[in-house]
Amino acid sequence: MLELAALTAFFMLVQYMITVGILNQYYQINLTSMCINIILAVSLNLINGFTGQLSLGHAGFMAVGAYSSVVMTQMLGQPFIIGILAACLSAALAGFVIGVPTLRLRGDYLAIATLGFGEIIRVVLQNIDYIGGPAGIVGISKLTTWTWLFAGTVVSTLVIVNLINSSYGRAIISIREDEIASEVMGINTTRYKVLAFVVGALFAGFAGALYAHYFYIIKPETFSFLKSFDVLVMVVLGGLGSTTGAVIAAVFITVLTAALQTFPAVRMILYALILIIVMIYRPQGLMGNREFSLKIFG
Amino acid sequence: MLEFFQQAVNGLSLGAIYALIALGYTMVYGIILLINFAHGDIMMVGAYVGFFSISLLGSNILVAMIFAMVTCAVLGVLIEKIAYKPLRNSTRIAALITAIGVSLFLEYITIFLLGATQRVFPASAFPAKYYNLMGIVISNKDIFIIVSAVLLMIVLHYIIKRTRTGKAMRAVSLDREAAVLMGISVDRTISVTFAIGSSLAAAAGVLVGVYYNTINPLMGIIPGLKAFVAAVLGGIGIIPGAMVGGFVMGILETMVSGYGSSLYRDAAAFGILILILLVKPTGLFGKNNGEKV
Repeated sequence: MLELAALTAFFMLVQYMITVGILNQYYQINLTSMCINIILAVSLNLINGFTGQLSLGHAGFMAVGAYSSVVMTQMLGQPFIIGILAACLSAALAGFVIGVPTLRLRGDYLAIATLGFGEIIRVVLQNIDYIGGPAGIVGISKLTTWTWLFAGTVVSTLVIVNLINSSYGRAIISIREDEIASEVMGINTTRYKVLAFVVGALFAGFAGALYAHYFYIIKPETFSFLKSFDVLVMVVLGGLGSTTGAVIAAVFITVLTAALQTFPAVRMILYALILIIVMIYRPQGLMGNREFSLKIFG
Repeated sequence: MLEFFQQAVNGLSLGAIYALIALGYTMVYGIILLINFAHGDIMMVGAYVGFFSISLLGSNILVAMIFAMVTCAVLGVLIEKIAYKPLRNSTRIAALITAIGVSLFLEYITIFLLGATQRVFPASAFPAKYYNLMGIVISNKDIFIIVSAVLLMIVLHYIIKRTRTGKAMRAVSLDREAAVLMGISVDRTISVTFAIGSSLAAAAGVLVGVYYNTINPLMGIIPGLKAFVAAVLGGIGIIPGAMVGGFVMGILETMVSGYGSSLYRDAAAFGILILILLVKPTGLFGKNNGEKV
């Protein structure tokens, strides 16, 4: 109950600040990136952190979502909600089609295969003239509002948290801990891995739709594997297997990105160092698999 | 038919480059089971060292290549000591994430220091000549690339099969613990592997400069990934496999560009990877080892 009140209060406060104009364009853009990054990080964390399957193709699913929502709203003239549904469904479908064959692979092979699929999605998008080819689509109407962003972030996080806390979630975590052992215990590992992959892809597609309808332009180049690495940095920094960790890291990385806007190379060097140093000194990430809650204060 | 042979010739020189890079991947994987994601970027550093030794020191292409190879051998050993060695006993995922970190680091430190702009590889270092062999055009660049790649492969083969270091490398990759018991210094052997692999990548970097005429800080990514595909295609960890895989990838790529659309050539590479991983994950030359609990 308290959480709900706090969330509502936060939502209203930000909404008020936007309406009154305390939060100018610059802050609004960063706020949007923050929400999108949270959705991306939390959904990738489901695949990488909880299921233990290293996927490097998250940007590909984001691209599928972004493009299919834009096709719906801009080319077919459907309302935004239809665009978002299309984004979620198409990304989930892409996740299923890619997940079923690749999730048979383990560890580093899976990482490379998902990276490859992400790049294939990008190359295919580049070659479809209907959606602008390499130039992408320009002039997307700005339909992503703070309400959409806030509700989207909360719903994505809640769905994933509840999934993890369910019996499905326990099966998923058991796969991360020991795949062979959980298979022996009678868990259909392929099914749960695909499930986690599809849910992760679905929310990446959702994030893509929100992204496309805020930033006016999408092009295949935006969704290259560097974008996937961005999300990976958040997940690794926050802790593989900690949702609150992913949220905190997503917020931190967004702020860092905004602060280093004029020095993009420095930002990437920092990302690189984060990956290396975290893996060497704290391979479980800042939060490990613990969750941050206000209860630790009380 | 003539066009087919022309494409095959073009593919051979590209394939030779991929094979050289793939060798480094496969050697490192064979010995510490790590996909050295930064390998393509070591190639990029090699290309830059070659570029500067030609444009600033005025050395010829062979000296530039040796220079690049020595620099990158040192770089490879340093990377292994600083970034990979502390993780030798942690999970493979952790090591892979670190490798991605090293890769990003090399790319963006180069952008930071030298700028992101493309540089033209000095043409004076290698004046182009074209020969016509029964209708097939071969440039001296192609010949240079293929000959130097094949020579390096012969040297590598000699090192691995005929020297004590090579024997140690084979032993460590077969069974690390047994190798330690036999008195082999594993650390030293891993360092030598990184040094050799990185110097091959550096040579490939200089050859890429000759082949494409331009170099940039992100040039290592795509050839690196394709070389990885080549290594998987041949069976990762297997040295002749990497050579064959590299040539197959190069020829396939030029065929896709020649007969299909050049826009799809990168997708084709990944398509092959996924196909191989699904049909025969151990690669063309690989043996299937059952999983042990």
